[in-house]
Amino acid sequence: MYSKKVIQHFQNPKNMGKMKNPDSVGEAGNPQCGDVMKIYLKVSVGRIKDISFETMGCVSAIATSSMITELAKERTLAEAEKITYQDVVNELGELPPVKVHCAGMAVAALKKAIENYCKSH
Amino acid sequence: MKALKKIYLDNAATTPVDPVVSAKMRPYFSQKYGNASSVHQLGEEARRAVEAARRQTANFLGCLSEEVYFTSGATESDNWAIGGVAEKMASRGIKKPHLITSAIEHKAVLEPCQVLEKKGWAELTVLPVNKDGLVEVKELEKSIRKDTVLVSVMFANSEIGTIQPIKEIGQLLKKLNAGRKEKIYFHTDAVQAINYLSCKVDELGVDLLSLSGHKIYGPKGVGVLYLRKGTAISPLIRGGGHERGMRSGTENVAGIVGLGEAIKRISPARGAQVKKLRNKLITGILKDIPDVILNGSLRERLPNNAHFSFAGAEGESVVFVLSRKGVFTSTGSACASHSLSPSHVLSAIGLAPEQSHISVRFTLGKQTTAAEIDYVLRILPPIIERLRKIAGYKSVKVRPRY
Repeated sequence: MYSKKVIQHFQNPKNMGKMKNPDSVGEAGNPQCGDVMKIYLKVSVGRIKDISFETMGCVSAIATSSMITELAKERTLAEAEKITYQDVVNELGELPPVKVHCAGMAVAALKKAIENYCKSH
Repeated sequence: MKALKKIYLDNAATTPVDPVVSAKMRPYFSQKYGNASSVHQLGEEARRAVEAARRQTANFLGCLSEEVYFTSGATESDNWAIGGVAEKMASRGIKKPHLITSAIEHKAVLEPCQVLEKKGWAELTVLPVNKDGLVEVKELEKSIRKDTVLVSVMFANSEIGTIQPIKEIGQLLKKLNAGRKEKIYFHTDAVQAINYLSCKVDELGVDLLSLSGHKIYGPKGVGVLYLRKGTAISPLIRGGGHERGMRSGTENVAGIVGLGEAIKRISPARGAQVKKLRNKLITGILKDIPDVILNGSLRERLPNNAHFSFAGAEGESVVFVLSRKGVFTSTGSACASHSLSPSHVLSAIGLAPEQSHISVRFTLGKQTTAAEIDYVLRILPPIIERLRKIAGYKSVKVRPRY
């Protein structure tokens, strides 16, 4: 059901774990299925210097969280904000249709983190 | 490379065909391939095999052979029981007959009931269950009306394994029927119960009973509907007049032979052995993993079922990691369903979507060994711990509940 890349990211997620003293946190959840995703950011001169996530969710929720942190790392906030769910899906190769919303949740969590950063800085 | 272990703990989904059963079936594919309706020798041979399986099934159910009807599986049996009784009653002039069922039935019962209601052909009461997953007989009694024609309550639940008070419901209906003009028929889906519980139809007081071959170490694609003599029911599948005009279609001879043999091989000892291992699994998990809840009644429960909610670890993820390590289980999490909605059974016992989200079902079988349970108990705690770490889950120190 899952592609090799999805399984890789699920088994060895990148940038996983709570961040100490983050500049901002964004949270997104899917009330329909119950998944919750948190993204932590450290920002320096408008660029994402460090990023990490915590996700309570299924295989694809964890894999998309891992992938979006990889995509956003070292990007400017403006660039990171433009990452779409389709970018996440494409990078993972493939997601089962019923799981594509997980990528949307990852995008929402990142957007929220950026938005929270911009509000407080 | 070491071959991956295969520890099958999803026996409520399906069971492996017993080698003795498949050996009995084999001749009926290419040697004894006759159509049981044919007059010649090959046909006669097939007919004899079908009737022998019917007798084996009748023995098990404590009924007459002629009350046993072979179908394509329990989904057909359930659909037939619901639709067939409702149609017959409508043809007798009962407008919108009233049906009663429970909120934790298999979809093969719930959906036909809901469709009849939606089309305006029947009225429906769906009984709630208590938090232990049991139908309350008093609630059922209160919901019975003058125009009630059918009560359908499953014998044992497929997800949480809870055993319903079928005998008491049977007794209640018998008492009520004595004073009624139109009888209330009683149907039970006994698919999960057959392996472990006595299913003598007179003891249970049921008029219709569904069972399936593939849950009892028999083949897929074959099942039974037991119909008490005199039950008012129309056929579901018409044409050809097989099964005494009640279920058309050339008999699945090999499947029927397999079903008969599988039923013959059911023994009461099966439950005792499985229960010991299941209890070992429950005790081990509750001891070694914090923040776990066992869902459903422990007392009124099939001996092979254990169903947990692991706080902070999503069900599909747990099932996936276990599967990579050769252990096969299932979950009621919305993430694992096509509809992205949590299991209707878990919702019915009062579990919030978040609790269904973290549920995992283990269903043991007669082939399960103590070494397999030891292996699961060894690998599961670190799996849960790791997923909790990814989720940033902090223990809330939930006391084990059971």
